[in-house]
Amino acid sequence: MDAHAGTLDPHAHAGADHHEIEIPYTVHSRPDTGVYNGKLGIWLFLASEVMLFGALFSTLILLRTSAPNWPRGQDILNVPLATLNTFVLIASSVTVVLAWANFRLGNLKKGKLWLFVTLLCGFGFMIIKSIEYTTKISHHLVPATNNFYATYYVMTGLHGLHVLGGMIVFAYLILTANKWYGEKREQFTNRVEVTGLYWHFVDLVWIFLFPILYLL
Amino acid sequence: MPPQRQIRVGNQWMRAKDAQRALEEALRVQREEESAHGPHQSFISKYVFSIDHKWIGIQYGITSLTFLLIGFSMMLLMRYQLAWPGKPFPMWIANFLGASNAPGGVMLPEFYNQLGAMHGTVMVFLAIVPLAVGAFGNYLVPLMIGAPDMAFPKLNMMSYWMYLPGGLLMMSSFFIPGGAPNSGWTSYPPLSVIATHGQTIWILGMILLITSSLLGSVNFIVTIFQLRAKGLTFMRLPFFVWAQLITSFLLLLAFPPLEAAAILQLMDRVGGTSFFMPSGLVVSGAPLEVAGGGNPLLWQHLFWFLAHPEVYVLILPGMGIISEVIANNTRKPLWGYKSLVGAGVFLGFMSFVVWAHHMFLTGMGTAISAFFQTTTMIISIPSVIILTALLISLWGGSIRFTVPMLFALAFLPMFGIGGLTGLPLGLAAADIHLHDTYYVIGHFHYVVAPGTIFAMFAGIYYWFPKVTGRQMNEKLGKLHFWGSLIFINGVFAPMFIQGLAGVSRRLYDGGAQYVHAKPVLHTNVFMSISAFLLLAAQVPFIFNFFYSIAKGRRVTSNVWDATTLEWSATTSPPLAHGNFAVAPVVYRGPYEYSVPGHPTDFFPQSEPDETLPAPATTGGGLLPAGAVAQKEI
Repeated sequence: MDAHAGTLDPHAHAGADHHEIEIPYTVHSRPDTGVYNGKLGIWLFLASEVMLFGALFSTLILLRTSAPNWPRGQDILNVPLATLNTFVLIASSVTVVLAWANFRLGNLKKGKLWLFVTLLCGFGFMIIKSIEYTTKISHHLVPATNNFYATYYVMTGLHGLHVLGGMIVFAYLILTANKWYGEKREQFTNRVEVTGLYWHFVDLVWIFLFPILYLL
Repeated sequence: MPPQRQIRVGNQWMRAKDAQRALEEALRVQREEESAHGPHQSFISKYVFSIDHKWIGIQYGITSLTFLLIGFSMMLLMRYQLAWPGKPFPMWIANFLGASNAPGGVMLPEFYNQLGAMHGTVMVFLAIVPLAVGAFGNYLVPLMIGAPDMAFPKLNMMSYWMYLPGGLLMMSSFFIPGGAPNSGWTSYPPLSVIATHGQTIWILGMILLITSSLLGSVNFIVTIFQLRAKGLTFMRLPFFVWAQLITSFLLLLAFPPLEAAAILQLMDRVGGTSFFMPSGLVVSGAPLEVAGGGNPLLWQHLFWFLAHPEVYVLILPGMGIISEVIANNTRKPLWGYKSLVGAGVFLGFMSFVVWAHHMFLTGMGTAISAFFQTTTMIISIPSVIILTALLISLWGGSIRFTVPMLFALAFLPMFGIGGLTGLPLGLAAADIHLHDTYYVIGHFHYVVAPGTIFAMFAGIYYWFPKVTGRQMNEKLGKLHFWGSLIFINGVFAPMFIQGLAGVSRRLYDGGAQYVHAKPVLHTNVFMSISAFLLLAAQVPFIFNFFYSIAKGRRVTSNVWDATTLEWSATTSPPLAHGNFAVAPVVYRGPYEYSVPGHPTDFFPQSEPDETLPAPATTGGGLLPAGAVAQKEI
């Protein structure tokens, strides 16, 4: 927009118009708010996610406190596998930061490598999760069994969908990295950053889910 | 000679008149070029999957007005049955409804329940909110803050394309076996969990609508924070923009718990879980085979955690529209702008801690009731502040009784009735008597129908010239206004009488089989006839709307002599995409009307102060009129 601010010529706008008009602060931070649009957008989205999972955690607390007996997670769930999964997911939070830092520093190859490692971590998490699921289902322990399993499946299932969503974005970023990094380096790095923020949130949800479902 | 007022255009200084002329000339040339070169965009990308906030706003507007009419028609069918229980419909309506819904022309109770649930759902989620936020917000917010578009145009498009399929999915439930959802718009379990398949469609539709509103609200907040024009500080924002900002926060934070609740109910219905299903439930004489241990009240908490802030989502944009219309038509600044903003923000916060006042009769305990009763009384304070500020704004103004202003003036007492009748419902003791009676229906319809919907009408008449470059017919507008005002009161005022007499809101026959309803039963006929006449009163509006698009009187860009950016810094209708030929700069607050010493009675936000010295341009003098336009183009 700033580029056109000094002219009355409508063609400056009309020219760009038919493809994409230029939205201010898409890439650079607005001085008085200190963020670019995408970053504020992802924080707001995460705020709504907090409300979504907050409602589910509240549901769990309410159902558990009002239940005459509620199984302890460590007695019936696979704690070692879930512990391993916790480490896998925390590791992926580190690798996504490494990817972003390398893109910032101009190391396209290393950045892509770390993105790929992050994607692999997500994949590993989903594999381990599906092993847990299939074991339980083969023992006929399904959501309809009781409210413990109902909350377990819904909360970890919704979390798993979030992991899957993150993986799709990582795959997209890896596939388009060369093109985007060449043309719009800063914008691409920003994309990695906001995806990373989302990924940290997905981790954080698991950090809450793990003790509440498996340990307590 | 008085000093000439000057405007900076790029790095040129020129008289306001010249700048205006240059701008219009530039736009005329642009339009000519566009039509000469043919459309640069395909029909699909321009009109179907458009990313221009203005066109998306129009899409939202047309769709939501259609749903508004559909929701209204559902209510008319119900009102016919309530006034004359068991009387067959006229043949053509009976044929339209089909034998499965109205055998022999007489509406089945099951179908009445479907209409009841769908009237609420359609009106709240498919008509009013998309109209208030999707249409008005989308079209006006970027223009009012001097932005070229929303911050995320593609998300904006996606938001509409989640809303429309969500709406169509909801409506499609009428055509499946068992018909539409029939557990009320609140979908309380256990009833909703054991209900017909329509309820599953309702849940899936809601998930689409929630996603749509999430995309929209993120977009609005980012746009308002990030894309404000230079000089447009938060306390210079028009109150309409503030209202949209607060509304977006409510949508952002209140809808996700309903999404969670919808997922849980879907699991209960499809996955056989028992989140909302208590143990030992017996349905039709047979024990229900579920694991049990769930809690039906949990749904109510999650639902009302959304649905109470939703009430403010319904009313805040309306208040924003009314503020703009009142300031413009009294020709003076709004009284207490800061109080309005403060009250609006406080209202937003408080709306998250009042939800359980819908649940006083669920047996949740007196301590919790006392808490929510207190917060409910507190939240009435900011509403009163807003209404009072708008009322005092009229004082000493030279009021122009335009059609939008008539609707705005009617909004004040109508919303007042709606708000004041809410107080007894917010007090737990009084609510014991009034809960689930027609009193409740009367209360919230006064807030939403002659409240919000009147505000929407005011907005449509007010911004119609902005969108089309033409004005709606004044005489037809007044006919529409007076008809609507009289008959809408005819519909809703008797509901208070029925409610105080204890008539339940959910009766298929309108209370005919209850002795205590006998003395007030005759009001059913009066209300229904008023409702049919209310439909008749909308005919001039519908005609006027389409007629004026084609044949309305052409008007100048700033037809109402308004101060806010959407009128003063761009033409009507605005540029195809990008909104502003020149990025506007804001110099003052939004309501600088009748400024002493100013030559006109309005002082646009984007007009520099007269005292600002014009920098010496080459040649030292002003360009002759028209010269700039020719030179630049």
